[in-house]
Amino acid sequence: MIKRWSWFNKISLILGFAFLYIPIFLLVIYSFNESRLVTVWAGFSTKWYGQLMQNEGILNAAFVTLKVAFISSTLATILGTMAGFSMVRFGRFRGRTLFNGMIYAPLVMPEVITGLSLLLMFVAISFDRGMWTITLAHTTFSMCYVGVVIQSRLSSFDRSIEEAAMDLGCTPLKTFFVVTLPVIMPAVLSGWLLSFTLSLDDLVIASFTTGPGATTLPMKIYSMVRFGVTPEINAISTILIGVVAIGVVIASFMHKRREDQRQKNEMLAASAH
Amino acid sequence: MPTEQIKNNESWAQNLCHCTPVRWITGQCGHLGIQGRTLTVMIPYVWLLILFLAPFLIVFKISFSEIRIAIPPYAPLYQLVDDVYLQITLNLMNYKRLLDDALYVNSYLSSLKIASLSTVLTLMVGYPIAYGMARAPRTWRLPLLMLVILPFWTSFLIRVYAWIGILKPEGFLNMALMWLGVIDEPLVILHTNIAVYIGIVYSYLPFMILPLYSNLEKMDHSLLEAASDLGCPPHKAFWKITFPMSMPGVIAGCFLVFIPAVGEFVIPDLLGGSSTLMIGKTLWAEFFNNRDWPLASAVAVILLLMLVVPIVWFQKFQTRRASMGE
Repeated sequence: MIKRWSWFNKISLILGFAFLYIPIFLLVIYSFNESRLVTVWAGFSTKWYGQLMQNEGILNAAFVTLKVAFISSTLATILGTMAGFSMVRFGRFRGRTLFNGMIYAPLVMPEVITGLSLLLMFVAISFDRGMWTITLAHTTFSMCYVGVVIQSRLSSFDRSIEEAAMDLGCTPLKTFFVVTLPVIMPAVLSGWLLSFTLSLDDLVIASFTTGPGATTLPMKIYSMVRFGVTPEINAISTILIGVVAIGVVIASFMHKRREDQRQKNEMLAASAH
Repeated sequence: MPTEQIKNNESWAQNLCHCTPVRWITGQCGHLGIQGRTLTVMIPYVWLLILFLAPFLIVFKISFSEIRIAIPPYAPLYQLVDDVYLQITLNLMNYKRLLDDALYVNSYLSSLKIASLSTVLTLMVGYPIAYGMARAPRTWRLPLLMLVILPFWTSFLIRVYAWIGILKPEGFLNMALMWLGVIDEPLVILHTNIAVYIGIVYSYLPFMILPLYSNLEKMDHSLLEAASDLGCPPHKAFWKITFPMSMPGVIAGCFLVFIPAVGEFVIPDLLGGSSTLMIGKTLWAEFFNNRDWPLASAVAVILLLMLVVPIVWFQKFQTRRASMGE
């Protein structure tokens, strides 16, 4: 038997994860720095967080960002689930190649192109630009991510339970909500979470599609970064990282609980035979 | 599923299927002869046609129009003259400027260069990590995978920002190197192309590791055992067997890094200097600073044409992988 986990493997993992995490840790640690100079440690302090809470511009931007993220990820989850379902279940409908293309292309499309093209479209149809145009733009690219997540979940889906439900007289719509949706729910939820963070994160597309009065948090952070590194930016960043980390941990915890529950049920079912 | 949960789901779905708007919609569609399944395809399809495909056609159209100081800042392509003649003006000036002005040609070339070199660097950094993960004991793999994915969930902008504090002259890297006595004077890294390479490798690393890992993890080890039984040294076995077999993962990872990196804006803007030319930055400046929308559109059209080959290729590759059940 070949030796599996060599020293080389371990060292490359340690170095790799150090590379991935040290920048984030430094950022978080120095958000608690007393000094205005970001790289000189002058004692522990939470004063930058206090200042954030009084900065109306940032609070407003945070509110806009959360609204956009919430609405766009919910819309994207609905549309993306439909798209993923269509790709797996409806075989070769007309225009399928174009449909697949439109689902996959936004995943790798440079953001500057997506942003510019959406803006020019909103201008062409004289749609008032602002929070809603950002929301529509975010929904469009997020739904493709959700579509791919749902597609990969559905391609390993056991269809016999759906067929059983239909044989027992369930309509297709009801079958979807009673049988299919509960089973693919973890994928739907992770699609929603992915859309939410993508929207929370986006600077380029939001900058193109926004209008007067709608500034999102990444846009605000970007304009602050252009003036230099400040502990306040570290503080917002830390809050954002914290929120996302908590969200991901809760999601994976829920997933694990569902898995445990499923295994328990399977064991019960097996022992009942 | 416990019976209770099924009951809950059922009553919820029952209510949903029988509530007035849903019944109305299904009823209307029934009248029109549209089935639920058509509707399921049509809604996302139409959405993408309007908000993904149509915008590209508009960019293409505007790239042929002339800049004008007005709102919107471009001239219409066609207009009716004397109520009878339809006059169509196709202005190729924007494309001519792209070819004539060295700034644009250099931006495209330098974007391609920076993106390809950083893709190779990302592969070199990512491969050992993915390999280490795939060979880790089974119980370690899921936590390691989570650790790779977690930075991907945190904001891209923030991760790029973190590097400013590290790379600047009085930043952490220079302080550490000077404290170790490696250098006497701070290195200038921030606002150079080196910082852009570091930024791209750092930001896109998860995109490289994930496809590589999913490929390496499934690898059949009997071939390696056979090679070692026949006296093949491990490093040779790696290059003869493991690496060629991981090619699908390598290709997927490289595409996932290269394509978005070509059009990257945030990294060259925040980490690069004034001499860093990347097309995303040029397009941004053309649009926001010069307010030349037609020229920015022409820049976007050419960028898209450059990327269309790798994107289509990647798509075929992905569809093939999906149909093979990966």
